[in-house]
Amino acid sequence: MNYTEGPEIRDTKAPSGPIEERWEKRKFSAKLVNPANKRKLTVIVVGTGLAGGSAAATLGELGYNVKSFCYQDSPRRAHSIAAQGGINAAKNYRGDGDSVYRLFYDTVKGGDFRARESNVYRLAEVSVNIIDQAVAQGVPFAREYGGLLDTRSFGGAQVSRTFYARGQTGQQLLLGAYQALERQVAAGTVTMHTRHEMLDLIVSDGRARGIIVRDMVTGEIERHLADAVVLATGGYGNVFYLSTNAKGCNTTAIWRAHERGAYFANPCYTQIHPTCIPVSGEYQSKLTLMSESLRNDGRVWVPLKKNDTRAPGDIPEEERDYYLERIYPSFGNLVPRDIASRAAKNVCDEGRGVGPGGLGVYLDFRDAIARLGRDAVEKKYGNLFEMYERITGENPYDVPMRIYPAVHYTMGGLWVDYDLQSTVPGLFVIGEANFSDHGANRLGASALMQGLADGYFVLPTTIGDYLASGPYGDVDEEAVAEAEVKVRTKIDRLLSVNGDRTPDSFHRELGKLMWDFCGMERTEESLRKALDRIPELREEFWQNVKVSGTAEELNQVLEKAGRVADFFDLAELMCLDALVRSESCGGHFRAESQDADGEALRDDEHFAHVSAWEHSPDGPVLHKEPLEYEYVKMTQRSYK
Amino acid sequence: MTATIERGAATAPVASPKAAPSARTPKKSGRFLGSSNGKKVVMAVTGAVMVIFLLSHMAGNLKIVLGKDAFNEYAHALRTMLEPYVPYRAMLTLVEIALVVSVVLHMWAAISLARRARQARPVKYVAKKSQANGYATHIMRFGGITIALFVIWHLLDLTFGVVNPKGFDSTPADRMVAGFDASRWWVTLIYVVAVVMVGLHLRHGIWSGFQTLGWANHTRNRALRPLAGLVAAVLVVGFLIPPLAITFGVIK
Amino acid sequence: MNLTLKVWRQSGPKDAGRMVTYRVEDVSPDMSFLEMLDVLNERLIVEGDDPIAFDHDCREGICGMCGMVINGVPHGEQRATTTCQLHMRHFEDGAVITIEPWRAAPFPVVKDLVVDRSSFDRIIQAGGFVSVPAGSAPDAHSVPVRKEDADDAFDAATCIGCGACVAACPNGSASLFTAAKITHLSLLPQGQPERLTRAKAMVEQMDAEGFGGCTNTGECTAVCPKGISLDTIAQMNSDYLKANAK
Repeated sequence: MNYTEGPEIRDTKAPSGPIEERWEKRKFSAKLVNPANKRKLTVIVVGTGLAGGSAAATLGELGYNVKSFCYQDSPRRAHSIAAQGGINAAKNYRGDGDSVYRLFYDTVKGGDFRARESNVYRLAEVSVNIIDQAVAQGVPFAREYGGLLDTRSFGGAQVSRTFYARGQTGQQLLLGAYQALERQVAAGTVTMHTRHEMLDLIVSDGRARGIIVRDMVTGEIERHLADAVVLATGGYGNVFYLSTNAKGCNTTAIWRAHERGAYFANPCYTQIHPTCIPVSGEYQSKLTLMSESLRNDGRVWVPLKKNDTRAPGDIPEEERDYYLERIYPSFGNLVPRDIASRAAKNVCDEGRGVGPGGLGVYLDFRDAIARLGRDAVEKKYGNLFEMYERITGENPYDVPMRIYPAVHYTMGGLWVDYDLQSTVPGLFVIGEANFSDHGANRLGASALMQGLADGYFVLPTTIGDYLASGPYGDVDEEAVAEAEVKVRTKIDRLLSVNGDRTPDSFHRELGKLMWDFCGMERTEESLRKALDRIPELREEFWQNVKVSGTAEELNQVLEKAGRVADFFDLAELMCLDALVRSESCGGHFRAESQDADGEALRDDEHFAHVSAWEHSPDGPVLHKEPLEYEYVKMTQRSYK
Repeated sequence: MTATIERGAATAPVASPKAAPSARTPKKSGRFLGSSNGKKVVMAVTGAVMVIFLLSHMAGNLKIVLGKDAFNEYAHALRTMLEPYVPYRAMLTLVEIALVVSVVLHMWAAISLARRARQARPVKYVAKKSQANGYATHIMRFGGITIALFVIWHLLDLTFGVVNPKGFDSTPADRMVAGFDASRWWVTLIYVVAVVMVGLHLRHGIWSGFQTLGWANHTRNRALRPLAGLVAAVLVVGFLIPPLAITFGVIK
Repeated sequence: MNLTLKVWRQSGPKDAGRMVTYRVEDVSPDMSFLEMLDVLNERLIVEGDDPIAFDHDCREGICGMCGMVINGVPHGEQRATTTCQLHMRHFEDGAVITIEPWRAAPFPVVKDLVVDRSSFDRIIQAGGFVSVPAGSAPDAHSVPVRKEDADDAFDAATCIGCGACVAACPNGSASLFTAAKITHLSLLPQGQPERLTRAKAMVEQMDAEGFGGCTNTGECTAVCPKGISLDTIAQMNSDYLKANAK
């Protein structure tokens, strides 16, 4: 795949000056919309997860006329609901030395120096308001006997800044946002469109002015116009077919916006979570994550010998390899996600993996049970053990769990400036759908924080600046019609192929290819192979896919086919981005770029930039946004 | 060519949520009795009235164990209660009115809730399996109907004497003893079935009343559930002693 | 294992619908119930048939999107488990499995096993929230909450809005769903100012949607994948009574 390099791109919105004053400055410099004018302004928000739900609710509260869209049957079901661990906030309620600055520092470092300092600082700053907001909404966070909020240390952080609601923090935060959203629906400021899928962005006069959606029940193609469009459509981890994402998660909204001019930044940055339940067979439809907290007491091991088929209990101590403890004596089983994931892959590649297909490692609680007693282990991890048993039919009190890494989160996404505005004026992108705050690796409990920071606090301020500069005139009917025709043509094309392979079978094959060649470890060779193979598979898809039914009804096959088609195009860009970025950083590990110990080796001289890709008929155009670090000194991560 | 933005409304035809009642429509006052919750409260309160009545009725019935005279005196006392301050039978009439009102309201609430339930599930399941024993589901409505039919028979038999061998012009004790004579074993059988039905109805009903009035919770249920069972059992035993004793000739 | 499925098929709201029998072979006991249907659907698509439409999304038991009545029980007989987390190892080889959609007038069938649950959203719209605009909240520690209350509120708040309670209720009542939200907010200090108006509005909306009344049968809590307790319904009843006494 050929690409060209275009001019550098810069974020022009972040104010200069001391980092702790920048957000305050931007809030003050942002133009305000007259309250009487707000209800004359329409904002479309696509997606109702933490970012989209909170944004739509807040914009509604401010008085804008909001149209909210989701593909699920209710806004409450967006995949934010599945987040387990917690949400970070620099409240320093423990007095353990936490501060906005420390959260900022940890996030920049955790992102392996590939995120913008200004954005990350604002995220840390706003984090404290999120907790206040959620508590006031009635989010039932865990509390201590004194009635105050409980916090825990999470993902290797040295301070206790993670607020949680048992293992269901995402659910409780999302329900808070959902309830705020429904309050606005009742108040008439938000119109809710469930079971609607965005299929194109309407760009008129160079500005985002609406979307084309398909009513998934009737099949009707609808046009919705607005003064600004907000995409909060989540990540694209399902390009790997198997991931911890919900089945419906897809890239269509951001991909089609990308085709309309929004740059796609760092598509290759994917996070692989180390503790998921392994695949049990060909039919596997998704992977289930288990909380990282299991690594606090569980010990990870594989047999020393290759292809050892003995039951785990029959393998004596001296024939077990507790490889994380061996390689990383100081962090042991608690090394960061990317390192734990890669180590698991390495031992499995050596032929020492366990379970079906040799794709698994043991997470053993035998020693923890002996040390703490079964009751204590049950109290701590009972619900997780139950979940494991429900899925695998094995009892982890007797048999060690089997775990394997799985795609979990995508740090890449549409490029946005400090105002969260993409390269298409009037198109804002929030939450996992944008690229902005996590750099090359996201820390645990930071995704919820970013989604809500964007939705409740950042976007409602910055979008006002854009809207206040309007009005932007009437929408060009030709642009609307063109987008609608494009959508209809694509649907008709999918229905007319009438081949003999299902969209899912193509998706599975694409996913396997991506996992093998653009997964935890990438090499120039593997990526080139993927770049050869993807166009072939896409070609076969368009020749041989079978989409049953019609366009004028609820048609889940058609929905799937459209999403898979976009995954092909995205997959290609991901591989290209991974190929061009020949360094290793965070979740992106290029085998060619590692130090003597096999650790990821950054190349700051050549790659301290964001790769923002522009869509063009002649192949992608790469625009680099240089990253500068004024506050946090760039260092190599080490967890030995 | 241009298109304008239609402010505040969907720009394209959007399937409206089928005449769905919009949230927050102002409700007219006095909706309480019309609401499903209000009807349940009516059931709970009227049910409580009837349980209190049944307990005293049972206690009165047991007077027959002390002899026919004791029973007749008791029946007479019911009619002369609070005399001479109030006329003959005044208190009993009041109690009867309260009971009739309770029965009517209880049945009204039950029928309208049952109708509501039927409308809420226009298409039935092909297969349906209860996960809570199905006890309350089947016993309450089926039992309620059985009990209502029995009450009619019971009044005709022992209160108005229409279907009683001794007729209306006899003492209450005579009517009772004649009514449950061994030769009329089937009457006793009907009575036994009905009383057991009442017991089953109350075993759920008493707890259900507390739940409906918002007084139940899992801690209190540890007492409320057994209490409901106990009251139901006491009533069954208490009501069955006289007829069985008569039928088997213990009381003549 | 080999199975016989009897599945409700209905092409749209206007179609009368019927049970259709399918044979599925070589089902792995490690498959989830939905994966078993995926495999069947793949076959149907290739054969040119219409695959069975069913709702699903997270497939880890938390989004509340999936739900079907399996052998007469919402989400199947495995307790505290959503359909997506139900695995085939709980069925016997050769079993006949009936699969039906949630049945309730306020949950009209959209297609096959897919129903419209927007009535639940409207119950929340009626008052299932705390009115607190973004940015207006006081510090999170300004109001301490008893741990017991926070824990009980959490238990009620775990409702995933799947609708199994309605599907199981012989009266088609949404009391458990409505009560779970009322209880969650009733137990927290933040929910107090709107407590009674909330209960009244939500109960009235539940009635207006056409759900049946609660007769305390306990079918709902027995099938609830999150084990929401009947205590919540008592709490709702109490709040509703107080609201009407005012």
